Amino acid sequence: MHRVSRSSGRAPDSGDRAARRAARRAQAGPSLGARLRRDRVMLLLVLPGFLFFVVFHYVPLLGNVIVFQDYQPYLGFKDSPWVGLGNFSVFAEPDFYRALLNTLKFAVLQLVLFFPAPIGLALLLNSIISPKIKRFVQSVVYLPHFIGWVILISISQQLIGGTGLLPQLLGELGLPRVDLMTSSGFFPWLVTLQLIWKDAGWGTIIYLAALLNIDTEHYEAAAIDGADRWRRLWHVTLPGIVPVTLLLLILNLGSILSVGFEQILLQRDAVGADAAEVLDTYVYFHGVLDGQWGPAAAVGLVKGVIGLVLILGANKLAHRFGHEGIYSR
Amino acid sequence: MKTSQMRTSQRPPWMEAPTKAGLAIKGVVIAIVCLLVLYPFVNIVATSLAGESEITRRGGIIPLFPSEPTLAAYRTIFAGGVVSHALLVSAGITIIGTALNLVVTIALAYGLSRPIVGGRFVLTAVLFTMLFGAGIIPNFLLIKALGLYDSYASLIVPGLVSAFNFLVLRNFFQNIPAELLDSARIDGAGDLAILIRIVLPLSKAVLAVVALFYAVGHWNAFFNALLYLSDTGKWPLPLVLRLYVLQGQPVGGATESPGEAVASIQAVQMAVVVVALVPILCVYPFLQRYFTKGVLTGAIKG
Repeated sequence: MHRVSRSSGRAPDSGDRAARRAARRAQAGPSLGARLRRDRVMLLLVLPGFLFFVVFHYVPLLGNVIVFQDYQPYLGFKDSPWVGLGNFSVFAEPDFYRALLNTLKFAVLQLVLFFPAPIGLALLLNSIISPKIKRFVQSVVYLPHFIGWVILISISQQLIGGTGLLPQLLGELGLPRVDLMTSSGFFPWLVTLQLIWKDAGWGTIIYLAALLNIDTEHYEAAAIDGADRWRRLWHVTLPGIVPVTLLLLILNLGSILSVGFEQILLQRDAVGADAAEVLDTYVYFHGVLDGQWGPAAAVGLVKGVIGLVLILGANKLAHRFGHEGIYSR
Repeated sequence: MKTSQMRTSQRPPWMEAPTKAGLAIKGVVIAIVCLLVLYPFVNIVATSLAGESEITRRGGIIPLFPSEPTLAAYRTIFAGGVVSHALLVSAGITIIGTALNLVVTIALAYGLSRPIVGGRFVLTAVLFTMLFGAGIIPNFLLIKALGLYDSYASLIVPGLVSAFNFLVLRNFFQNIPAELLDSARIDGAGDLAILIRIVLPLSKAVLAVVALFYAVGHWNAFFNALLYLSDTGKWPLPLVLRLYVLQGQPVGGATESPGEAVASIQAVQMAVVVVALVPILCVYPFLQRYFTKGVLTGAIKG
């Protein structure tokens, strides 16, 4: 990511940034009016996109005032009664706790099982010597990323659902025909496995790039010093992908409470709310469908704030340990 | 074990020769990974082409290809009209939406690819949206307030620019050699002419990738459609797919007694899945080489 909120002198200047800085110095000369005139075409090009972000990303932030209201659609923002922090009593309700616990369960499973999957797959891909085979396998494992959740879940229904392939095979082998698509106990694992199928391959792209950036001389030197392939993996390869792993980990933390919303929403009917209610589905069902706008928006807002705090906190921690994190590169 | 030299198809001299067992294990693991990804597609296509009697006889399993392939399932779904209409809606949203996405994203990325007045402020504003979103309910209320509820526009406008795609494009534009742009400027080309005559022709690969991201997003759009469309007549394909396959609604024309017709329903359901998959599977082979060649990586690292 580019520097999000501040620049720091720590990272060495890339040529690109030096050029920009020089350009900025050069433009300190002309007056604002002259610069506006000079940049008028560029500014006009920026305008539609900028307006889009203002209207569809910043105006809705204001909509969060309804967390302090007993919001009624027919009354609108202006006339709905203010209730102070009344809506926050939702955080004491068992329904909310169920959603929170489920969310954390999914999040931990994804962090432990899904997050490392692309790293392992990238190491495997990177060890393929023939470029043709390597490119073929890459093309294959990237494909599922483009399959939407509705399609993907339809496919898993066909393969492992009640009348699908897996129970039939089990039946022919004389084993019990399990239906993994409607089992609430298996649901967290199902969600994680689906996620791995869809995105583990796609996730290798960034690790493969990091692996290509490791200087071959390190390997050569290690080999001459007598390190076998496993020790080279441990002492050269893995340290080489630590920065990008941290970067992705930090970015993941920011969305950790958004565990696969569409994916879970689509399968909530099959396994029931006890197993599949997460914070986002809670907001959707209680807010949009049941009309408890204020309390549901409060849950959504708190979730967003926690995500922001996690991402900034993790970034700070990364800085403390001497890594770059998501900004100030 | 792994080095970038591997790409040159020959093992560097310092690397030990792979053991036979090691190679075999690796080969098997790679084959399993590929099968796990590809087999599901084979299975659903095979099932969609199977006749009712064969599905019943074989208990729903058509492992590779049906013995008597039939297009009956496809005739059923296109006879109903609902799937055809949803297909049109999805195609329209995808084409119009992607075109608008590209125009606005290119303009924004190009505008911010050079230091301009206020550029840093706009850039920060865009990037911050990657860290914090307003949430489902404020977005829903905004769509209602703008009068976009129940309109096709509600499927396009709220996602007009993706901050990620914007970053990919901007990063690419920034890496175009300045000399190229400068020489055009000396020849008297304005900012817009430079964009159209120099920058865009140089960016075909990355534009194709970004277009694919947007198009796939529109084609697969599910939640926005669920949230913003109450009129089922406007439903795009993913919602129809959910109705027929995941919620088990019989497709118009299919029999409604689940006891007898399970098999043929299965073929019909898979036919809908195949219809939804075909455009993706048709476009993907032409674009996958950009991913394996690393058009994206520069931007992601950027």
